[in-house]
Amino acid sequence: MKRLKRAFGVPFIYLILIVTAVLVLYPVYFVLAGSLNQGSTLYSSTLIPDHPTFKHYVDLINRHDGDTNFAQWYKNTLFVAVMNMILSTVLVVTTAYAFSRFRFPGRRQGLMTMLVLQMFPGFMGMIAIYILLLQLGLLDNLWGLILVYAGGGIPFGAWLVKGYFDGLPRSLEEAAKIDGASNTKIFLKVVAPLSVPILTFIAVSNFIGPWMDFIFARLVLRSNDKWTLAIGLFNLITGRENTNFTEFAAGAILVSIPITLLFLLFQRYIIEGVTSGANKG
Amino acid sequence: MNPVPPAAAHRTEKRHSVTGAILSLIFMGLGQIYHRQFIKGLLYALVELYVLIFWSNAFGRALWGLYTLGTKEQIRNSRGRITQQGDHSIFLMIEGLIVVLLIFIFALFYIYNIRDAYKTGKQRERGKPALNFAESLKFLWDKGYAYILIAPSFLFTLFITVLPLLFGVLIAFTDYSGPNHLPPKHLVDWTGLQTFADLLSLKSWSHTFIGVFAWTVVWALLSTVTTYFAGLFYALLIGHKKVKFKRFWRTLFIIPWAMPQFVSILIFRNLFNGEFGPINNYLQALGLHPVQWLSSPNWARFTLVFINIWFGFPYWMALMSGVMTNIDKEMYEAAEVDGASPWHRFYKITLPLVLFATGPLLIMSFAGNFNNFNVIYLFTQGGPVQADYSYAGSTDILITWIYNLILNNNMFNMGAAVSIIIFVLIAGFSIWNFRRTRAFKEEDMIG
Repeated sequence: MKRLKRAFGVPFIYLILIVTAVLVLYPVYFVLAGSLNQGSTLYSSTLIPDHPTFKHYVDLINRHDGDTNFAQWYKNTLFVAVMNMILSTVLVVTTAYAFSRFRFPGRRQGLMTMLVLQMFPGFMGMIAIYILLLQLGLLDNLWGLILVYAGGGIPFGAWLVKGYFDGLPRSLEEAAKIDGASNTKIFLKVVAPLSVPILTFIAVSNFIGPWMDFIFARLVLRSNDKWTLAIGLFNLITGRENTNFTEFAAGAILVSIPITLLFLLFQRYIIEGVTSGANKG
Repeated sequence: MNPVPPAAAHRTEKRHSVTGAILSLIFMGLGQIYHRQFIKGLLYALVELYVLIFWSNAFGRALWGLYTLGTKEQIRNSRGRITQQGDHSIFLMIEGLIVVLLIFIFALFYIYNIRDAYKTGKQRERGKPALNFAESLKFLWDKGYAYILIAPSFLFTLFITVLPLLFGVLIAFTDYSGPNHLPPKHLVDWTGLQTFADLLSLKSWSHTFIGVFAWTVVWALLSTVTTYFAGLFYALLIGHKKVKFKRFWRTLFIIPWAMPQFVSILIFRNLFNGEFGPINNYLQALGLHPVQWLSSPNWARFTLVFINIWFGFPYWMALMSGVMTNIDKEMYEAAEVDGASPWHRFYKITLPLVLFATGPLLIMSFAGNFNNFNVIYLFTQGGPVQADYSYAGSTDILITWIYNLILNNNMFNMGAAVSIIIFVLIAGFSIWNFRRTRAFKEEDMIG
């Protein structure tokens, strides 16, 4: 009886896994097939498009009329992502290092404040950010968006990285200090090499963030040629859903491939990072 | 060249710290000059002079603006042309807040100046000379290293996070809302707790609030629980010792998490489209009735929870797989020797360890889903319409409702009031979780 159950069990598990794989991949297949379909219909009657074509990709990249500026959006997003990654990582790491390794008046208050700030709904401050950027002349400007991202991510990131630094052994740093190394040198030569996983997590997640964000990008970036991909694609598909689907699909594929690969490449660090995020304190 | 008698010298030296601190309190830099640190003292004094001369008027005006929110209403003549520009309450409020923060920074600097004078005095009392300017700079670099590291983040956070949030909190206590209280045409006034009173007592608001709130809780619970157990299920299946190619399956199933979420939500929006979505096409091809996935309230809610499993399960699966591979194999072997059934081993070893490791994340995930803007807004935009709600649809959760109130309907004060309520809920929840996990950590899991 038991043996029978086992023999039945494993194929059954494979069956479930295969069915799930189909469900997981179906939306991906759907959008891929759509992007290769001729015409602009979204429903393909055959499993593999009859006459696959890259026309939509070419059209999308080459078009820069009033509505669609895909190549420009891609450039904007890449620029915002790289700058945000650099700025955020520097800000988060310096803050975390200070809070982890130094004792100074105001430290406790600073940590508490950062904890409380994480609990406010992010766009509660949207109106004020809008007016602030307007006054500074940074509205509809990619740098304005970068500042908003980099500033907003500090409390969460600094807590996370501080927790990681706290867990590192101090003996090496103390030895370096006795040898007369400066604070900056200790950080670069001793702490940073030990913190590669968490630094990678912070850098990658700040790079990916701008590809996904919809709320702040839409608030700050007003004119079409300043948009990032998230707003651009949203506008491609809402309103004229059926007519523009194939182009949306091509755009979706062009966005998804690099991000998905990046994620899979760094998945170990990402999983480690989100796990330690909850165990901070 | 009269040598001071030792006793007298002792008495005067004792007061160096207090004298220095009081002098620096009276005017920045005085204490430092008293300690013969002339360059440093002069720099401090110049800072205060600069602030007093160039900023005191602006400070006064800004604080007045924050207090009154403007007094001059915009006036138009009979042909609708503006004859008097009037005050812009919201700009006044933000300028006032900026000034309050600048005063806060200045106050911190002032306190630092007093502390510095006090400490230098202490040093002199111990018989050491005060540092000269070059030594002071070096001292600042060594001891103030932490402050130098934090300074950029401090300024960023103060102006990009704290200031907007303070503003967001303050407008809940005003009448800033359309159509009658929108600057620059009209002034905004402080109204105390009126917004909260309206939210809870006016039927149209309280009905929406309760309805949206209830669905938010249901949504957060369902979306967390379904993804959690789906993740556990797949982690167990892949972890089964007879299953081959574990890495392959895991990577395959992580794809929904790895893909940009807004892209996959928009894809699902098409798949489930009621008129021309492929899902309904398949249903019709099979001879079934098409389903109003997005246009019937209950179907829309169901579909949201359902597609959210697709987005959410890989996260849990990945985490739990990690936990499971770290469980000591000997524990299972020992259990097997003792004659424990597979179910028993799962129930007594795997499940408690997984729950223990993922418990805090489960709570954080509930809080995250409570504010899961993207899934709701990009998939249904809150729809379908619910006629008896104020500015909300039947799948709106609190956070998307706020977005609607603020960005599409100019109900700024109401949006801010609901945000404050969300903050109180999430903060209470997080603090509870924070404390509980600390206690949790110290517990010995397996006795």
